[in-house]
Amino acid sequence: MEGRAATERDLRTRGLPAWLLGVVPLALIVAAVGAFAALGGPGLGERRGPPAEELAVEKTVLRPGTIELTVRNDGPDAISIAQAQVNDAFVQFSGAETPIGRLGTATVRLRQPWIEGEAYEVALLTSSGGTIAHAIDVAVETPTPDLSFFGLMALLGIYVGVIPVALGMLWLPWVRRIPAGWLRGVMALTVGLLAFLAIDATLEGFELAGAGSQAFGGAALVLVGAVVAFLTLTGVTAWLEQRRRAAREAGASGGRLALLVAVGIGLHNLGEGVAIGSAYSAGALALGAFLVVGFALHNTTEGLAIVAPVAHLRPSLGRLALLGLVAGAPAVLGAWIGAAAFNPSLAAFLFGFGAGAIVQVIVQLAPSLRDGDGRTLHPVAVTGLLAGMALMFATGLLVSV
Amino acid sequence: MPRLSRRRLLAASVPALGGAAAALHSAVPPHHPWGGESQAAGPAHAHGGHGAGGHADFRDGRTVDHRANGFDPHEILRDFDRGTTRRLASGQVLREWELFAADKEIEVAPGVRFAAWTYNGRIPGPTLRCREGERLRITFVNGSEHPHTIHFHGIHPADMDGVPGLGAGEIAPGGRTVYEFDAQPAGLHLYHCHVRPLAEHIAKGLYGAFIVDPADGRAEADELVMVMNGFDTNFDRANEVYAANTIGFAYMQRPIAVRRDELVRVYLVNVLEYDLINSFHLHGNLFDYFPTGTGRTPSELTDTVMLCQGQRGILEWRFPTSGKFMFHAHQSEFTELGWQGFFEVA
Repeated sequence: MEGRAATERDLRTRGLPAWLLGVVPLALIVAAVGAFAALGGPGLGERRGPPAEELAVEKTVLRPGTIELTVRNDGPDAISIAQAQVNDAFVQFSGAETPIGRLGTATVRLRQPWIEGEAYEVALLTSSGGTIAHAIDVAVETPTPDLSFFGLMALLGIYVGVIPVALGMLWLPWVRRIPAGWLRGVMALTVGLLAFLAIDATLEGFELAGAGSQAFGGAALVLVGAVVAFLTLTGVTAWLEQRRRAAREAGASGGRLALLVAVGIGLHNLGEGVAIGSAYSAGALALGAFLVVGFALHNTTEGLAIVAPVAHLRPSLGRLALLGLVAGAPAVLGAWIGAAAFNPSLAAFLFGFGAGAIVQVIVQLAPSLRDGDGRTLHPVAVTGLLAGMALMFATGLLVSV
Repeated sequence: MPRLSRRRLLAASVPALGGAAAALHSAVPPHHPWGGESQAAGPAHAHGGHGAGGHADFRDGRTVDHRANGFDPHEILRDFDRGTTRRLASGQVLREWELFAADKEIEVAPGVRFAAWTYNGRIPGPTLRCREGERLRITFVNGSEHPHTIHFHGIHPADMDGVPGLGAGEIAPGGRTVYEFDAQPAGLHLYHCHVRPLAEHIAKGLYGAFIVDPADGRAEADELVMVMNGFDTNFDRANEVYAANTIGFAYMQRPIAVRRDELVRVYLVNVLEYDLINSFHLHGNLFDYFPTGTGRTPSELTDTVMLCQGQRGILEWRFPTSGKFMFHAHQSEFTELGWQGFFEVA
């Protein structure tokens, strides 16, 4: 019965070209949506209740005598900011003269003689009488993004990203000498370190996503970022493999793995740099020797993760330096982004991206844990994994941005 | 509906009344107090390198559209509704008013709309003024979509108290009733809706001043009514804007003109919801304070009085010199959220 019906249908459309069959439904959908919109959604009637106003504060900039907020309309309706209050007093402000449309942004500059170190609560009063409250926990002047500031951020990125990774890579001669069983343990330690970073980055991403605009997906951004990174890196790896096979080039998988680990860690450090840069510019981060030392210890372990896969190779110094830069330098870029153009949604996506990259690296590293019997989670590997996570947890206690 | 003729009349006269107010206010240029300043604070700004920006005010010193609101705080100041009178067979004066409740969206701060409940389309409702001993008859028509009452402060029979379960009780939408009692005692009182939830029925605007003049009257004076109120525009049971006579900063942007050496008498009523107390503070002077306006000797010569919700009193003073003098709540928060103004003495 069914088969006959299908055949009849096929017969009916046989005379038409395939592209037309593909285009017709699309054209009908466009026409239907267009007509529905043009007629103002016939049959749906008027909206019930007052407009839902959602405004996310994406950026806060404090200059002497002013508080500047960049807001994004997260809700379905346009929002008019009618008045502004700081600490329960009406204040003068400029910006947002016209209603802010869906997903639109506006920057309001409020006149407030704020005092350093004190807390402020800004309330934007909308035309419907609703208030959008934003707390400034500690008022501190936002650094001007000038040359010296970018220099400072670069220095910070080098301190917490490049140098520690390079130091960690100094374990290379040691990992070369140790027996294969031990090396599996070190690889497991690396996977443990990476697993911790992936979890950490995901949670940090969720936290940032909660603070940002929900219209862009909120927490979903983190997961989307992770999936995009995972699939992209998997695709790139598969493509490289294909090319190598074509060139009859074999045995370079250690170098490829090291590069992948470096890329994964680099993406993670990009997110870490964003967090450090934005925290610094928001005044939430006191740059002290303790913090920098903490980050350095934390990230030194990342250097070990890079060199473990190349233990049996003889990579040139130049190549090692390149791997170190790929892993560490994104911290500098991240610090710049975080300090100059921080956006919680973007940062959440970057953290998710980093986490996805790391998961992909773990998948790539997993086979190297296998012992002679083909087991992955043998006692040495499990010990290494747990030790790696414990190490990251312990050094992570030294830094909390 | 012929019974709503007064309401219609008022509604029809609103544009005409408001027109005059709008004409006055359109003369105020939409200046921008600090938009022209450079971001870096100039030498003119002391205070740690940045100016404080003068007094708190609405954005760019704007005010609301009084014409669209249908009332103007400057008119409410000196607007006394004496109703209509006729003499009864007994010789007693019968004074009659008609009040209607109406749901009305008003602009409580520039650009901020608030779904208010009003008596006679204004907040505060009309200042009802009578003389001690008169017979008062207030016809109440409920044009709102919600049940309401009018509960008067003063001495009256239980069934005229305007609370649920007594006398006419709650007046349903479209319903009407008549409150009738003798005007006593002399003093400054108030009226408000007494339907639950009480806070909401009051905070949305159903209240007004109720003045009973002593039989022998009071001394000639420039008389002003100030009903201290506020509006909770986001329904968090805290007010976003404070004022005397509804519109914040209205008397800052345009001071109240008074004459030097002339007796100024302020009928001050506090109906503020959601805050425990409110206050009135006068700059550059002190005033005689008559709590509830029932006594003829002042309780105090002071410059600050504190009132809880429902408390009221009469203030009397003279300005010996000309110039501008502030008055405001002495809770700084209320002050900078709208409840402040100037007297301009000429």
